[in-house]
Amino acid sequence: MVTFLLPNISFSSWVRWVIQPQLALHIPDGFLNLPVSLVTWVLAIALIALALNRVQEDYKERAVPLMGVCGAFIFAAQMINFPIPGGTSGHLLGGTLAGVLLGPWAGSLVMAAVFIVQAVLFQDGGLTVLGANITNMGLIGTFAGYYLYKIIRVSLGRNTWRGMLAGTVVSAWTSVFVAAILTAVQLALSGTVPLGVAISAMAFWHVLIGIGEAIITAIAVSFVWKSRPDLFFDPPRLGRREGVGARG
Amino acid sequence: MSSNIDRDRNRAFVIAGLGVALLIAIFVSPFASSDPDGLDRVSQELKFEDKAIEEAPAKKLPFYAIFEEYALRGVPEQVATPLAGLVGTLTTFGLAWGIGKLVVRNSAASLPNDTTPHPDKVDRSLD
Repeated sequence: MVTFLLPNISFSSWVRWVIQPQLALHIPDGFLNLPVSLVTWVLAIALIALALNRVQEDYKERAVPLMGVCGAFIFAAQMINFPIPGGTSGHLLGGTLAGVLLGPWAGSLVMAAVFIVQAVLFQDGGLTVLGANITNMGLIGTFAGYYLYKIIRVSLGRNTWRGMLAGTVVSAWTSVFVAAILTAVQLALSGTVPLGVAISAMAFWHVLIGIGEAIITAIAVSFVWKSRPDLFFDPPRLGRREGVGARG
Repeated sequence: MSSNIDRDRNRAFVIAGLGVALLIAIFVSPFASSDPDGLDRVSQELKFEDKAIEEAPAKKLPFYAIFEEYALRGVPEQVATPLAGLVGTLTTFGLAWGIGKLVVRNSAASLPNDTTPHPDKVDRSLD
């Protein structure tokens, strides 16, 4: 997180940043054709409906404030583009972070909230491709990221910080990489750009951006783990505390 | 009762978490890298950046009169992004909290140590 203190950040460069459009990994309107947009919308809505259902069934009142905090933190973190070598930048996506802390269900709702605010209030990510952005940058992390994290954590030691951290780091990086590949595939299916070059270009940059994701996510989950491990969706069995899920 | 202590600890956690988010959005955002990010960079390299629609639907929303991307209109540019960050962070906090509040069943039966004989008649808010 100290990378933004690089010497090349001058007053003029951040003035340029304020003036210049700062579209993120968010797909703008026009990059995807109608069929691809629709399919991603259907996918996003189906998973969100499922998530709503599961949150209603499984979660307790105490998860609600954590949802708010998680949403606020991920929105703020997404504003911070960290530089990566080669004159490019990246920022946190946060799907894995939300999935690890809140579980895939409430985590997905939080991610949807983040992208809705970005698209509606700040024109960041197109409204017509909001389904794609929620799916790629949110749901990949909350579902695929969460289950990958869980497998790694359980196999390395469910109740150890090490197991939790290893699962988090691997999943955070993987979710960014998979999101980039999926975005490339959607761009290619839309006829925007040939598949091969899209995948190699997106993969090349996001290998590096994923490292940033892993570091930021690791810091955030470690902070919660050290201060309030009971807040995790899958809390370590250290006492008789319950997590925010309904895992008795 | 340990639930009061729990409530205080939860409140402290929420305040700390939201505080960190606001600090990042307000004070760190001006220092964010101005380099194109992953998808931007790829769209420039592979020459499809101009496929983005100039008149995006979001620009027809009333919010476009208030924010031009992550910059509040009509204020000095030094504070435009921090203020956008402040509003956006609080909005997301409220939206995520509100969704949770609406969706999570406020069932008193799920409270620990709840020995109410008629849980169906209990309508207790936790605030």
